Amino acid sequence: MSSPVNNTNLVTAVNSGKTAESPQQVHATRLLVLLVIASNVLGNVCLSRGMQQVGRIVSASPFDYLRAFLNPWAVLGVCILVIWMLSDLALLSRADLSFVLPVTASAYVLVALGGHFLLHDHISWQRWTGIVLITGGVILAEETPARTTARRPEDWR
Amino acid sequence: MKWLLVGIIALANTLGDVLNTAGMKRQGEVDALGLGSWVGMIRKIFRNPYVLGGFAALAVSFFALLSLLSITTVSFAVPATAVSYLVETLLAKYILKEDVRWRRWAAASLVACGVVLLSF
Repeated sequence: MSSPVNNTNLVTAVNSGKTAESPQQVHATRLLVLLVIASNVLGNVCLSRGMQQVGRIVSASPFDYLRAFLNPWAVLGVCILVIWMLSDLALLSRADLSFVLPVTASAYVLVALGGHFLLHDHISWQRWTGIVLITGGVILAEETPARTTARRPEDWR
Repeated sequence: MKWLLVGIIALANTLGDVLNTAGMKRQGEVDALGLGSWVGMIRKIFRNPYVLGGFAALAVSFFALLSLLSITTVSFAVPATAVSYLVETLLAKYILKEDVRWRRWAAASLVACGVVLLSF
């Protein structure tokens, strides 16, 4: 039996230049998917709440938007969305865009279901259909390999 | 005004996602659990013209979204992204050279339809 360190090297060496993923790589990609979805949902919920308190802003000047940064919910939302942005970039470094897009769309489902069960929002049959369709899309995309493009030689480590 | 903002969001979002994906693939894979890997990623981003361009596009999309959210609810902002799911999948296949087969096409289509239905 090899030590964990040697084992990792072996796995990386075997996967060099191939699109096949080791269980560890799949695990890291899954973790990033979860982080992207969670930060997307939380960030947007906070920002939306903040913007509704701030009120109407339609302007071409970015300075008019600075007013929004006086609202604590908007500030919290923006901070969480920065985490979302970074984790999304980290995920895109490992996975295809055509994989990331449908899979992270489960954020919509979570927002809708969260609104229904926590805030008792009414969900019409059209919205339920939408929830089912998106969930189907997420499951279909999850069945494809996360990355289909070749890794660069520098990543072969 | 609402629909102009929706158009700006969809266009800028598509451009941003494609540029970011191209840039991040050139930058190398980020290890999800390694803090050093995240710090390295953030450092490299500032020297990566693709990701910087992607950020600029997403910033435009973000301010348009803020503006839209201030005059209407989140549900109105949602259809803006529906079309971009299909356009982005198309660009992922032909520009980013990803292996997009029926499962991913079906996934993108289901999500696009679902996103439209969710706005009702």
